[in-house]
Amino acid sequence: MLKKRIIPCLDVKNGRVVKGINFVDLKDAGDPVEQAKIYSDGGADEICFLDITASNENRDTIYDVVEKTSKKCFVPLTVGGGVRSVEDINKLLNCGADKVSINTAAVQNPEVVEESSKKFGSQCIVVAIDAKKNGDKWEIFTHGGRNNTGIDATEFAKKMEDSGAGELLVTSMDRDGTQVGYDIELMSKISSMVNIPVIASGGVGNLDHLVDGIKLGNASAVLAASIFHYGKHSVKEAKEYLDSKGIPVRI
Amino acid sequence: MNVTIVDYYSGNISSVLNSFKEVAKYKLDLNINIKLSNKLEDIKNADKLVLPGQGSFKNCINSLKGIDGLEETLKEQVLVKKKFILGICVGMQMFADYGEEDGGSEGLGWIGGTVKKIKVPSEFQENCKLPHIGWNGAGFYVVRGAIADKFTNGFKAEDKHFYFVHSYIFHPKDSDNLLGETYYAGQKFMSAAIKENIIGTQFHPEKSGNDGLLMIQNFLTL
Repeated sequence: MLKKRIIPCLDVKNGRVVKGINFVDLKDAGDPVEQAKIYSDGGADEICFLDITASNENRDTIYDVVEKTSKKCFVPLTVGGGVRSVEDINKLLNCGADKVSINTAAVQNPEVVEESSKKFGSQCIVVAIDAKKNGDKWEIFTHGGRNNTGIDATEFAKKMEDSGAGELLVTSMDRDGTQVGYDIELMSKISSMVNIPVIASGGVGNLDHLVDGIKLGNASAVLAASIFHYGKHSVKEAKEYLDSKGIPVRI
Repeated sequence: MNVTIVDYYSGNISSVLNSFKEVAKYKLDLNINIKLSNKLEDIKNADKLVLPGQGSFKNCINSLKGIDGLEETLKEQVLVKKKFILGICVGMQMFADYGEEDGGSEGLGWIGGTVKKIKVPSEFQENCKLPHIGWNGAGFYVVRGAIADKFTNGFKAEDKHFYFVHSYIFHPKDSDNLLGETYYAGQKFMSAAIKENIIGTQFHPEKSGNDGLLMIQNFLTL
């Protein structure tokens, strides 16, 4: 039986982890390679890096991080943040990323999704949808949640599936950073509209939220950042909890 | 031991290279020399071959067949010289006679059968998405001979998980080629294949954590 996936996400800025695992025995708490290794050794089903480097001159730092991580972690590695072109995707894949997540570029220039999925295969193209509720619908936000495009998130999800996306990473901008749980309504709505897997993101504050994302949101995978940082919960604990709730996980 | 990972421009295969190098680090006694190459000399000089594959069947087989002399050289090394080859994902699928993806194309025809899209019955559609992405179990047959036993050594007793990402499955003509099976969307499909020296996995051992590395080690020690 296919297992539900738990994906810890690390924010990386200028090649360093911004928020991370706060383990005393860590040699270098800011080293993304070391933190990714801890997660993969601890049973993470995939690792996600979100590059939030703002300045252009430091953008190349992520390639070095990806290259080093892929030599140490033997689970799938997804990299997102600032991916603009087919060439950016190509570079990340060549450095050892298994999947690349595309956000703003997918909205501004959907051909990037179409072209890259044809060129590299749908299996490595993840479209990241940042959505915020507006009345009775959800709208797509780009540029890390700063720009409202007015585009309907559910319609956009369908369009991305048709363009060749292999997975959708759906983040609720209303919930992101709040720790009050995923936007279940958004997750289940998008999941019911598309036939590709949906990864739920944004708002996890406890282990029950992971359960809800899967059971109520019908997500194939749950992504979380802060609950795994600072040692609040380990991936192993999360998996044991999901298992105790009858959710199939890889233990 | 020379191991050549066949590079026929099928996309990103650095994960495959990294994982084999990782195993080689711990198996110094085998003196493993790993190369990523499509030079015919490197294929001829290899003791073992690895055929990765990502993306569509059609793109993969076209790129492979597009490299001058590659198909013939592989054929000679695998079918005549009987060198071990491990096909991964579309790499395994290409062993088939035919793949239906993108309008269909002929495969290498080394293991009889056809590659078809997974059919998800209506009652499974809500929960079983395509591609089949993620970690799933694989059950291995115990009656496939000494090579198969060695390759799956350590995977018989427990429910081990491997990382899958695919929408197409290999339907073998001869059930003797079934080495492993996996369950998805109400059906079992071939997740590992064997025919003498030809071995394939639908899953990605290079992305399947320590169990995947162990399987790569098993292949290298055949």
